[in-house]
Amino acid sequence: MSEALCDLTGAELSARLGAGEASASEVLASSHARIDAVEDRVGAFLTRTDQLASERAEELDVYLSTGAPQSPVAGIPVALKDVFTTNGVRTTCGSRILETYVPPYDATAWARLAGAGAVLVGKTNCDEFAMGSSNENSAYAPVHNPWALDRVPGGSSGGSAAAVAAGEAVWALGTDTGGSVRQPASLCGVVGLKPTYGRISRYGLIAFASSLDTVGTFTRTVRDAASMLQVLAGHDPRDATSLDVAVPSYTDGLDGGVAGLRVGVVTDAFGEGVAPGVATSVRAAIDRLAGRGAEIGEVALPHAGYALSAYYLIAPSECSSNLARYDGVRYGYRAPGEHADSIEMMFATRGQGFGPEVKRRIMLGTYALSAGYYEAYYGQAQKVRTLVIRDYEAAFERFDILVSPTSPTTAFRIGEKADDPMAMYLNDIFTIPANLAGVPAISIPSGLDDDGLPVGVQLTAPALDEPTLFRAAHALESELALALRPPLVLGAG
Amino acid sequence: MAYEAVIGLECHVELSTATKMFCACANVFGAPPNTQTCPVCLGHPGTLPVPNREAIARIIKIGLALDSAIAPHSLFHRKNYFYPDMPKNYQISQYDLPICVGGHLDIELADGSAKRVGITRVHMEEDTGKSTHGGGSGRIHDATYATLDFNRAGVPLVECVSEPDMRTPEEAAAYLRELRATLESLDVSDVKMEEGSLRCDANVSLRPAGAETLGTKVEIKNMNSIRSLERALAFEIERQTKTLDADDPIVQETRHWDEDAGSTASMRSKEEAFDYRYFPEPDIPAMEPDPAWVDEVRASLPELPRARRDRYVDTLGLKPEVARVLVADRGASALFEDAVALDAEPVAAANWVTQDVAALRNAAGDNGALTPQHVADVVTLISAGAVSNAGAKQALDASFASGEPVEAAIDRLGLRQVSDTGALGALADEVLAENPDVVQKFRDGKEGVIGFLVGQLMQKAAGAANPKVAQELLRERLQG
Repeated sequence: MSEALCDLTGAELSARLGAGEASASEVLASSHARIDAVEDRVGAFLTRTDQLASERAEELDVYLSTGAPQSPVAGIPVALKDVFTTNGVRTTCGSRILETYVPPYDATAWARLAGAGAVLVGKTNCDEFAMGSSNENSAYAPVHNPWALDRVPGGSSGGSAAAVAAGEAVWALGTDTGGSVRQPASLCGVVGLKPTYGRISRYGLIAFASSLDTVGTFTRTVRDAASMLQVLAGHDPRDATSLDVAVPSYTDGLDGGVAGLRVGVVTDAFGEGVAPGVATSVRAAIDRLAGRGAEIGEVALPHAGYALSAYYLIAPSECSSNLARYDGVRYGYRAPGEHADSIEMMFATRGQGFGPEVKRRIMLGTYALSAGYYEAYYGQAQKVRTLVIRDYEAAFERFDILVSPTSPTTAFRIGEKADDPMAMYLNDIFTIPANLAGVPAISIPSGLDDDGLPVGVQLTAPALDEPTLFRAAHALESELALALRPPLVLGAG
Repeated sequence: MAYEAVIGLECHVELSTATKMFCACANVFGAPPNTQTCPVCLGHPGTLPVPNREAIARIIKIGLALDSAIAPHSLFHRKNYFYPDMPKNYQISQYDLPICVGGHLDIELADGSAKRVGITRVHMEEDTGKSTHGGGSGRIHDATYATLDFNRAGVPLVECVSEPDMRTPEEAAAYLRELRATLESLDVSDVKMEEGSLRCDANVSLRPAGAETLGTKVEIKNMNSIRSLERALAFEIERQTKTLDADDPIVQETRHWDEDAGSTASMRSKEEAFDYRYFPEPDIPAMEPDPAWVDEVRASLPELPRARRDRYVDTLGLKPEVARVLVADRGASALFEDAVALDAEPVAAANWVTQDVAALRNAAGDNGALTPQHVADVVTLISAGAVSNAGAKQALDASFASGEPVEAAIDRLGLRQVSDTGALGALADEVLAENPDVVQKFRDGKEGVIGFLVGQLMQKAAGAANPKVAQELLRERLQG
């Protein structure tokens, strides 16, 4: 099998583009060929932007031929989860209610990548409004895990994870509200980064739960994740919650190693409900860190056990308000036919336009915010959130990095948990605490389980300490030297 | 039975900032529908609100003018309810942590008495779009379509809630007038009730005179002028009085004032009230204004109407009722101040501005071609005896229309009084010579006859003599 450009890392592609050994058009052609070869089996995309991408790549080739400064992002085929607005390109959120919605503006995250020369190959499938852990809540179609096509890719950013794993895109953007980047990264054997809340602008990220939503990246290496964050991070005057804090270099210290790094193993994350193959793989990875000189200790996050409950009050509460705007008045789906009045039209539109999981969460959130229940539910959940933040503060007094599995299991079969929301919600039990606390976390592959399915290990760092997070993750990645490729890719061209 | 009304007002003030509250759209009134919109104020997916710093500065200014405490930590909340003209189906507002807490506004009533009305809170929010219902009879209940204009959506809106400290419609009107004058002096809003940049809802309840506990309150909406606020309150107090006298209960509800019918009608009862599901707006960090900034805003506060009234009375010697009329009208007040700065005597200037000038301004709807210099000239020329009051009024009419200087108008219209003692002295000598009988009567002690002699002199001078000077000249000669 000859090497496909789309299977290279961003760093490798950037080097070849800079040296004139490959053109952006060739890189894109490789990506398009892979999409053509596997997409009917994977189903990662909701919208392909072939024409735009080709024009973009040609422009870039002209630009690159001038020898002008080249961003590490230039010419890289990128996929966007379909919750990022793209000016002139349909953006659905995996929902019927936005089936025909064409945004009039670009999300800041995408605008920054585009400005640095990234090439958009398409918009990826996801759970409707990013609510789900298996991608089965997409109103359009499920996504198939490139490692085992009868299994889920994880969610909600399942399409982005699958696209990067399958080589359909080299990089992708996702969103992580409770684990929606890290969990599918884990299940698809790629690197998934959720940076500090506020580090990347949310402008143009179609909101699910505003205080938790975080733009995240999918890449096949930690170095590529650092390169992506370098372009994405920074204050945005259009997002009042984006941090106005200087952006450090994320790539300079990557090779610093982990000697003397204090690594806390989250002990509770190896107990009941964690698949043996997952626990074994993650423990082995921790041993490798120790072998490289990290100081390993045990750490408890005493309130992490309540995080899931708090999350399932806060996120639905915010979602019930964020999704109120989909009413058929100004854009998107409108229920056809005659209506008694405009309010009836709005309600009919919402009844027909939203899927069952979205409705479930809107109802949960509406209830939790209702007069008389607010304190008992939303108020109490906010208190738990404060306690989780304190847990992390205490943990980071003793440790530089925390380690746990990303997800309690590897990829499960499509349909296996679809009728059991509680079992589905447990997928995010190790990822949710970082969202509640706003701290950065990354999932990288730690190996394969006995079924040949990828396992992910999650590293977590204090707020804004992405440099240490990347350094530790890069050291572990180098030590493990996995270079995972799903069977689907090995069989493709 | 005798009842006491308890009235509180909730006023909404659209700020006249250049841009909207959470986006960069222009904040203008009267533009063609949906031309002042963007993805943010249309509530497009993915958009985020970024607070307008100037709007925050202005609400701080309002709070300081009302003696509110500026909260060191305050939050925006979302007020959730579905309505087609609200793009996000929630309004960004404030709830339990408003930016301005407490305060008061001192009002003055027609009889000159003063009263302090408490301010509960002043908070920041955004305005909604506008729905217009069409088809059917044109009324909302049988409309067949609605059109929506989102130009107003996202305009910065300040809500000012008073304590239930007012007892009569007159007090409520005085409060609203004082609030409007205060906002006008702060230059934060157009405060035009007819354009909706100042809106007012009233809460009113009755209780037996002398009672301590509050009765069931009713909220009245849709008053479009201070006059209609007074009328609506008077109607509602009478309605509630009749209801209570008939031993019927007052229903806690929201009622709609119908200006044409001159009555209120039920809109919705307490049971139908919305549960707004307020929760902290996660898209906007807490507002924690830098104390130095607040001090800066405080230092920029202009003289407020209350202080201005006091100064007019205490320093400039105006009567309180004149001061009140002047201060209630920003244009009049400015004209007066500028005329005084040009050395016009204040009491006379105030009388001109509140009477003859006011009549001209009211009739024209603006200041015409009038400048403070005209007012100052009128006052100065009268006191110098160059023109009579009646003549000055004629000259002022001309100046108002044309801008012509007052002196030029006086001369053009032949209104100048002769005060030149040389010329008038000669005429006085003539009059005395021609009327020896009358001169004798005066010298016999009938001093009242001097009026006749003055009249004779005025006739000789063809009306252009200054009567005061004429009398002095005659008296000198008669007594000399």
